[in-house]
Amino acid sequence: MRIAVEQLTKRFGTVWANNRLTIEFAAGQIHGVLGENGAGKSTLMKVLSGYLRPDEGRILFDGKPCQLRGPGDALAAGVGMVHQEPLDIPAFTVLENLLCAAPPGVFRSWRAAQRALEELAERLGFAVDPAARLDQLTIGQRQQVEIMRLLLCGAQVLILDEPTTGITAAQTRALFTALRQIAAEGRTVLFVSHKLEEVAELCHTVTVLRNGEVVPPGQLVMPQPQEYLLTLMFGDAGTTPPVYRPLPSIDSPPVWELRQVTVRSGTLHLLDLNHRFAAGRIIGLAGLDGSGQQVLLRLLAGQLTPDRGQILVNGRDLSGAGAIAFREAGIEYLPADRLRDGLIGALSLAEHFALLQRTGVIVDRRTAEELARQAIAEYQIKATPLTPIAALSGGNQQRAMLALVPPTARGILAEQPTRGLDVASARAIWSRLQARRDAGCCIVFASPDLDEIMEYSDEVIVCFAGRIGPSIPRALLSAGRLAELIGGVGFEALVEAV
Amino acid sequence: MKRVAVLIQPLLALVAAFVLTTLALLSTGVSPLEAYRLIIFGAFSTPVRLSDMIMLAAPLLLCAVGLSITFTGGLYNLGVEGQMIIGAIAAMVPLRLWPDWPPLLLWLMAALSGAVGGALWALLIGVLRRYAGVSEIFAGLGMNFLAGGLALYMVLGPWRRQTSASLSGTDLLPRELWLPTIDRLRLAPAAPVIAVLALAIVWWALTQTRWGLEVRAVGLNPAASERLGIATARRMAETLAACGALAGIAGMLQVVAVHHALIPNISSGIGLLGLLVALLSRADPRWLLPIVVAFAAFTVGSIQLPLTLGIDSAIAGVLQGALVLFALATRARQ
Amino acid sequence: MDQLWIDIAAILAVAAPLVIAAMGETLSERAGVINLSLDGTMLLAAMTGFAVALNTQNLILGFAAAALVGALVAAILGVFSLTLGQSQTAVGFVLALLCTDLSSFLGAPFVRLPGPAVPFMPIPGLADLPVFGQILFRHDPVIYASFLLVPATAYLLYGTRLGLIVRALGERPAAVYARGIDVTRWRYAMLILGGALVGIAGAAFSLDLKQGWSYRHTFGSGWIVLAIVIFGGWRPLRVALGCYLFAALEIVATRSQSTLPGIPSQIIQVAPFVLMILVLALVNLASSPTVARWIATLPSVWQRPLLVVVYRLRATAPAALGQPFERP
Repeated sequence: MRIAVEQLTKRFGTVWANNRLTIEFAAGQIHGVLGENGAGKSTLMKVLSGYLRPDEGRILFDGKPCQLRGPGDALAAGVGMVHQEPLDIPAFTVLENLLCAAPPGVFRSWRAAQRALEELAERLGFAVDPAARLDQLTIGQRQQVEIMRLLLCGAQVLILDEPTTGITAAQTRALFTALRQIAAEGRTVLFVSHKLEEVAELCHTVTVLRNGEVVPPGQLVMPQPQEYLLTLMFGDAGTTPPVYRPLPSIDSPPVWELRQVTVRSGTLHLLDLNHRFAAGRIIGLAGLDGSGQQVLLRLLAGQLTPDRGQILVNGRDLSGAGAIAFREAGIEYLPADRLRDGLIGALSLAEHFALLQRTGVIVDRRTAEELARQAIAEYQIKATPLTPIAALSGGNQQRAMLALVPPTARGILAEQPTRGLDVASARAIWSRLQARRDAGCCIVFASPDLDEIMEYSDEVIVCFAGRIGPSIPRALLSAGRLAELIGGVGFEALVEAV
Repeated sequence: MKRVAVLIQPLLALVAAFVLTTLALLSTGVSPLEAYRLIIFGAFSTPVRLSDMIMLAAPLLLCAVGLSITFTGGLYNLGVEGQMIIGAIAAMVPLRLWPDWPPLLLWLMAALSGAVGGALWALLIGVLRRYAGVSEIFAGLGMNFLAGGLALYMVLGPWRRQTSASLSGTDLLPRELWLPTIDRLRLAPAAPVIAVLALAIVWWALTQTRWGLEVRAVGLNPAASERLGIATARRMAETLAACGALAGIAGMLQVVAVHHALIPNISSGIGLLGLLVALLSRADPRWLLPIVVAFAAFTVGSIQLPLTLGIDSAIAGVLQGALVLFALATRARQ
Repeated sequence: MDQLWIDIAAILAVAAPLVIAAMGETLSERAGVINLSLDGTMLLAAMTGFAVALNTQNLILGFAAAALVGALVAAILGVFSLTLGQSQTAVGFVLALLCTDLSSFLGAPFVRLPGPAVPFMPIPGLADLPVFGQILFRHDPVIYASFLLVPATAYLLYGTRLGLIVRALGERPAAVYARGIDVTRWRYAMLILGGALVGIAGAAFSLDLKQGWSYRHTFGSGWIVLAIVIFGGWRPLRVALGCYLFAALEIVATRSQSTLPGIPSQIIQVAPFVLMILVLALVNLASSPTVARWIATLPSVWQRPLLVVVYRLRATAPAALGQPFERP
């Protein structure tokens, strides 16, 4: 079945996540969809799989327009989506998961279902145990199970969202073989990814999205040269020569030192990390979401205990000491989700400053309000000391979170410091961070925005598929090279060279 | 427009609650107006009833104040009944051991003992929660059963009446150990004074101290509080201990000022009623006293209902429950 | 020896209302909704069932009325929590108190009145079997129903496609939503079905086990059923076992009154509740990571058998129990 969108538009407030997208995906082929974070890929997939309803435009199945009221409708129409973490029921067995809420009439009996499953598995080259519990399987295996479930339930269009994150190379091989088989049988496969080499290997066509729009000339037939695709994804790269700023040398122990650290979180397994983070540096972690930056940041914040190896903070071994010990050593963590993990929405800025007071029985409101006023002036926060944080805009919340970092902080970990901010706010945040850096703080930040990494980092660490690269002085890097590394091109060579 | 909605919602809840209660009243054939006259105003009709109302309001206020602390910290402390019972038992101990000591000293010891007993009982819930993974709801309910059993044991066992063990309680305390009352009324002024004092102190603590601000933060967002350096687990334990202590003092008042003995039903549902008050007031200290007075008035006023109108006094509980239920309906989504 | 069979039969009989309520609550909690109002619902349903049966002299109508009351209270809980988004715990608790008081108030005219009772109906033929005849076939319809309900609930949850959906609702509603199921509507259905069963359990008290109506007639049974569901790990057979254990404790307690004259009867009455909570704490403790770590420090010859015991005791709640479901 071929699937197409016409003038598809989806807005979130003032952001145009999808802006008049017109793309057609022919049947019997594997279509790659490329783009940075925020380019609009996930929104498009959510619309196609029924989770979101478009504001304008339509979806066409085999040329017929279709209204999808929910994911159930999408499945009934033949669209099946495999999420990065498959939407299965972990406590169930493979067979139970297959039969749960399957469309009526598809499986006549449990035995029929099992036979159909085993038959399909053989055809696709997957090994499956119908009696295995899903929570005992790896992500790769769960993915295979989910693909088979969707096909058995009648999916003619299969959407895969970054499927090769967190699966082994062998499973990737098996996946690709299966996908080719599925396409050969006449179905349509949409392969959303940022890994250029895989898209080059697998896909018949590729469409690049940027800022919610299809980048002209639209859908391209593979093969296409890598640099061309990179230019489409990231825009003009590598024309401005990097600005060389001499780094001040500070005579003090590194803020963090990792010695042969191995740590696991969810599906990501970071192995044998040996890094030093010196004072007075800004270090950017480049890579797309889920490549390992967040795990590294949480490790540096003390929220994760390494399975092996040591973490030293300011020269002291704090491995496994817990987040509070790290905080006392001067490490501050700024999470990406400000209202959920970073700030307390119902409290005001003054109250947050009051919470940081460590002495005295009574809340010193006057000092807290004074500190809040100073912060408001210094960081140009559009609020009063008494406004609840939840009422502030994202940019002002971020400024507030930064303002709450005590001047004695030695390390700041920022998970996407300018997420959702306008240009002016982003610049303001960065000038404060640079001031901290000049005062001797070490700042480690993650960002999917290559421009941000290139502009503000002193050193860059590339994260790809759960592997953490070595630290590269930014002066030695160009935007184009960075884009390649993020997409996996030349990453192996880089790691091996060290 | 929004301001109108804010005013209308509680009014709607009030109306709905009265509609439900009226329906219940109508089904028994009595005149709702007569019944309401007694329920709402009955407690104020005579000095004796007024003093009874105050003597109920005092322990109720103590429990409600304690529960407002745990609520602020984000916990549902259903174990408050048990904490009250253990407080009562603990308060009895010095009174029975040294009945000849100066009454004032004994009362202070009883209050201290009750508070410590209640606090420790409450902390057990925290332990069960932290180390055995039992939710504070079931830990609380279970500890209530346990405490009730203990009270029964003391009443029928070591502390039984000299004549013969009786379910109606232990022997009465010697007269000198009864909290002083106003002539011919059962009102011991010390009780409401203690309760209002507790309200004032907790109000101050929750709104003015750093501790109170940290407890508020923990109740609103434990993850962010942890990030800002607050010891969340410790604060939660402290709120449990504080609530237990206040409930324990309420238990002490029940023993020393109301019943003058330990009876099996020493808590008489006051703890759970206090939970309703805390739910209705959303732990806002400004509303605790008015709601406590209203609920205590309903309970005391309805005592006359069986004799006067031939209906059960549980209708007061129906009104109280309905008020909280419909108030919950009008709140924002959690 | 005959006495032993009679005792076992007594345990089965005493546990019947608990089993019925526990099966209902298991269904509801498997779908992800906690009905904390159980104790109040059972009281209100017991009173209503008795009143209706008394006035109409029709037992079936009495049970039907009780089921209706149970379903209604559950529906109210559903509206407040599933639709209006309030905390299941808070609403359930308030309803528990409200229904308790309503039952006292509306039931006052019926206190200590003699009323109809479910008739004793031994099954002809089977009742004369040795051992099993005495244990299983000399009861009344309500108790037979409780026997059948356990395997029926187990079959529903584990043997049917419907059961797959119900269990998925409590584990990962997002996955079920993605397959086109209306999560809220299904949760309502399970909650109300569970409530109806709880209502029938209430009537099983006032029309069968403890005929009549009085203040606190069901004596805290609702709260203990909630605990038993946890103890039973949300698995029908194990939950039923918990009910029978509790009933056994109650019977032992009553019997030992004569042999332990020093301990007053009221304490003995409370003992089963206390013991049940202790069992609950132990079960939870056994499943906790603290114990797992402690076992790991023991000599390895002890580890295997202990781990097996701990694994058998493990009671994992449905992952999404009590959490509100927001459509993504």
